[in-house]
Amino acid sequence: MPTSAMSVDTVKRAAQTPDERMPFAELGMKQDEYDRVVTILGRRPTGSELAIYSVMWSEHCSYKSSKVHLRQFGTKAPKSEALLVGMGENAGVVDIGDGWAATFKIESHNHPSYVEPHQGAATGVGGIVRDIMSMGARPVAVMDSLRFGGLDQGDTRRVLPGVVEGISHYGNCLGLPNIGGEVVFDPCYIGNPLVNALCVGLLRKDQIKLATAPGPGNKVILFGARTGADGIGGASVLASATFEDESQAKRPAVQVGDPFMEKLLIECCLELYQADVVVGIQDLGAAGVSCATTELAAKGTGGMNVDLNLVPLRDPTLRPEEILMSESQERMMAVVTPGDIAAFLAICEKWDVPATVIGEVTDTGRLVMTWDGEVIVDIPPGTAADDGPVYERPFHEPLGQHDLNLDTPDSLERPSDLRTTLLQLIASANLSSREWVTSQYDRYVRGNTVLAQPADAGLLRVSEVMPGAEETTRGIALATDGNGRYAKLDPYAGAQLALSEAYRNVAVTGATPLAVTNCLNFGSPEDPEVMWQFAEAVRGLADACKTLGVPVTGGNVSFYNQTGSAAINPTPVVGVLGVIDDVAKRVRSGFPAAGLRVVLLGATYDEFGGSEWAHVAHDHLGGLPPRVNLEAERDLAAVLTEASKQGLLEGSHDLSDGGLGIALAEACLAQGVGATVSLPGGDAFVDLFSESAARALVCLKPENFETLTDLCARLDVPCYGLGETGGDSLVVEGVLEATVAELRMSHEATLPGVFG
Amino acid sequence: MRVGVVTFPGTLDDQDAARALRLAGAEAVPLWHADHDLKGVDAVFLPGGFSYGDYLRCGAISRFAPLMTELVPAAKAGLPVLGTCNGFQILCEAHLLPGALVRNAGLHYVCRDQRIRVDNASTAWTTDFAEGQEITLPVKHGEGRYVADAETLAELEASGRVVFRYAGSNPNGSLNDIAGITNEAGNVVGLMPHPEHAVEELTGAPGVDGRGFFSSIVRKLVNA
Repeated sequence: MPTSAMSVDTVKRAAQTPDERMPFAELGMKQDEYDRVVTILGRRPTGSELAIYSVMWSEHCSYKSSKVHLRQFGTKAPKSEALLVGMGENAGVVDIGDGWAATFKIESHNHPSYVEPHQGAATGVGGIVRDIMSMGARPVAVMDSLRFGGLDQGDTRRVLPGVVEGISHYGNCLGLPNIGGEVVFDPCYIGNPLVNALCVGLLRKDQIKLATAPGPGNKVILFGARTGADGIGGASVLASATFEDESQAKRPAVQVGDPFMEKLLIECCLELYQADVVVGIQDLGAAGVSCATTELAAKGTGGMNVDLNLVPLRDPTLRPEEILMSESQERMMAVVTPGDIAAFLAICEKWDVPATVIGEVTDTGRLVMTWDGEVIVDIPPGTAADDGPVYERPFHEPLGQHDLNLDTPDSLERPSDLRTTLLQLIASANLSSREWVTSQYDRYVRGNTVLAQPADAGLLRVSEVMPGAEETTRGIALATDGNGRYAKLDPYAGAQLALSEAYRNVAVTGATPLAVTNCLNFGSPEDPEVMWQFAEAVRGLADACKTLGVPVTGGNVSFYNQTGSAAINPTPVVGVLGVIDDVAKRVRSGFPAAGLRVVLLGATYDEFGGSEWAHVAHDHLGGLPPRVNLEAERDLAAVLTEASKQGLLEGSHDLSDGGLGIALAEACLAQGVGATVSLPGGDAFVDLFSESAARALVCLKPENFETLTDLCARLDVPCYGLGETGGDSLVVEGVLEATVAELRMSHEATLPGVFG
Repeated sequence: MRVGVVTFPGTLDDQDAARALRLAGAEAVPLWHADHDLKGVDAVFLPGGFSYGDYLRCGAISRFAPLMTELVPAAKAGLPVLGTCNGFQILCEAHLLPGALVRNAGLHYVCRDQRIRVDNASTAWTTDFAEGQEITLPVKHGEGRYVADAETLAELEASGRVVFRYAGSNPNGSLNDIAGITNEAGNVVGLMPHPEHAVEELTGAPGVDGRGFFSSIVRKLVNA
């Protein structure tokens, strides 16, 4: 076995030693996948080439198990004039009018956040922010969709505070307001917490940047943090297998973030875009240099030469395989014309961002990398970036699915004391105040936050985002939702309900929903029952996007969220972006004042499958989730946006988990204004706690009531006058009464009671 | 009226600071940390953020910035200076204000709308408030617990140099509920809360209580 500097596995050596055993299995590669690499190259891969193919063909980078299903997001996509950049780029871009565009995406960082909650979550934020930067945009806000084990389970007390602190520290240091998201507790996530981070950015429509490396002779610049040994768990196999060096084998598997460097990168990139010295750009995330070079080259002229010795290192002992696989944070790669190099480097210098020319674009169709003057990589880049394996994994309905659906909540004992039920639900793990979490996030920075949590959706002013850009009255709204219990009962409907709720949450602010991003969190794709859940969820989401006219612009799949054979509840998380023409016309969440009419929009049915009540009161999960009614969602959204345009509404709130009872209580808590209401009739328990979809609660001045009812009649949206705001209690006549102070005490004590 | 807004590489609230000044009728002049140049401004606003990352101690490195070597003597000579959050930390590190800001008592970053009482309405930045007036401003910080030795505290209290106090619950465990202080001359004011986030009805904190800071300084400069 060769040692030290001599030991690098070169292309020449690979040709001479065709039978040398390569550790592909240790890198997670299957025999047939390895055989394909050999066929592509016409020889065995070098260690460095194996490093590239193994990470690029991993589930995470290649979507090999999900691709055949995800195609539906394209084939079923509704026609949308707003879509400027669709799936396949770092993030989708949507036209929001007046020459502005928004780019947004949600991505998971689930596994690292379980291993090391603080850094796992922090680098999750960092990664998605770089995706948004690489589109040419200024990142303007973040949100997080989080799932943890049961609130009473010990490990939740380890994972949640670390995750929240990681998001808080990293996001706050970047100066990005955190404007919303979710925190959900369920024992199914105890060994597999979900950390899905969303970032949204704004840019002028003519400033979109793409990940491409065109123009032979253009230079390739690596800039940002130096490359260290972060996240190269897999590469150590190569290093130790080839070099018998024990010291290389113990590397941290979770990346460590430096938010200050990321903040510098943001400002530096924006100045580079302003100076127009960037031809193509790509962030370095999973698979680091491997991914950036292969993807840039594949989408450009097709070739690239890189001298890996030039990559600035934090740890000078790193081997080329490790450099290729390192997931060190806060790095970007740009393609720059030779004439712009000096200007590019000067801007990096101003922001103290290290920048190094490491290579050059070619038209050879080959990605060639050298180390100490020897060629160690020589591959067609598209074979790694785009031509990964595609699996049609077998799937079938879970054996217990039918029984699960038959086990309806109809037989559960329903309460007679609804006051106690309301107080119990509003204090429950999932419906209690999230303030312990959200007060650790800066929601004000940059001064454009119009609505933030606990509002149904975050809402940002677009004007003033970039100095010198044209004024606009527009705003963008964003919401994420997902309900793993609904999806467990029916993944097709569950995904549609997640979309419905996020869509509704955007609409209650007065915005018109425009586009979708999604993060699909599932167990192992090798389990046919999980694969069925996945296939159904994707089919459901694609169908619903088509009906609602909102295209999927991008997203992320996270598989293997399972411990042993126990997978998490299938959890498709859906983010919806909307636009409001005049941000000053936004509708606030809840009841802002006394003397307003309280109105329920939408129809209520007896629907408790997967409900918060069944979960809290009976620990029951069975039956079917609430019925999906996309036409009703669309009509409700039309009423809400039109009513906001006409200035009819003083407050609004979406009905979802916990139903009307929880929506009323939250609306009272928003500004401390009570209300007295009468239920539409029938069963008070169903009226208060059913989770039927396509409903919202609004309040308005009495003189606007008739205009609203006319509008509802025109769009065929059921509309019930429930009562009036005022007083310091929530009174449901003949059913229950609770003071706002009582509600607040129950609502706000739960999380501090557990986390201090 | 030209008011400088200082930007360190990790400054975050400079855009808000400039907007607040503009809305009050002042010209916001960008000042870069690496320049030895105050650009002849009439006053300076040091906004919040993480200046150079604050991995050491908040503001500990910033005090040595080229711009600070210009600002410190100017402030000592009477130039009005406002520091919020990280700006307050930097003013303490630069010894323009006494005491220090350490980790919050609760050990968590806290972002919330906070009631604050104005205890001194005669500084360069607070004349448009009334003494005893309660206002609401956002706080958002992880290291905002004001501490000083007993002698310094006694002197601050005796000379009326505690400008703001937290009303209601104290968000960070500051001694004497101190939210902001001033120097002897009353031209340098530092506070943890963020007036620049409370100047518009549409965005930021509920209400526009932060406007008083900027109307105060504009009035002072107009009358100067």
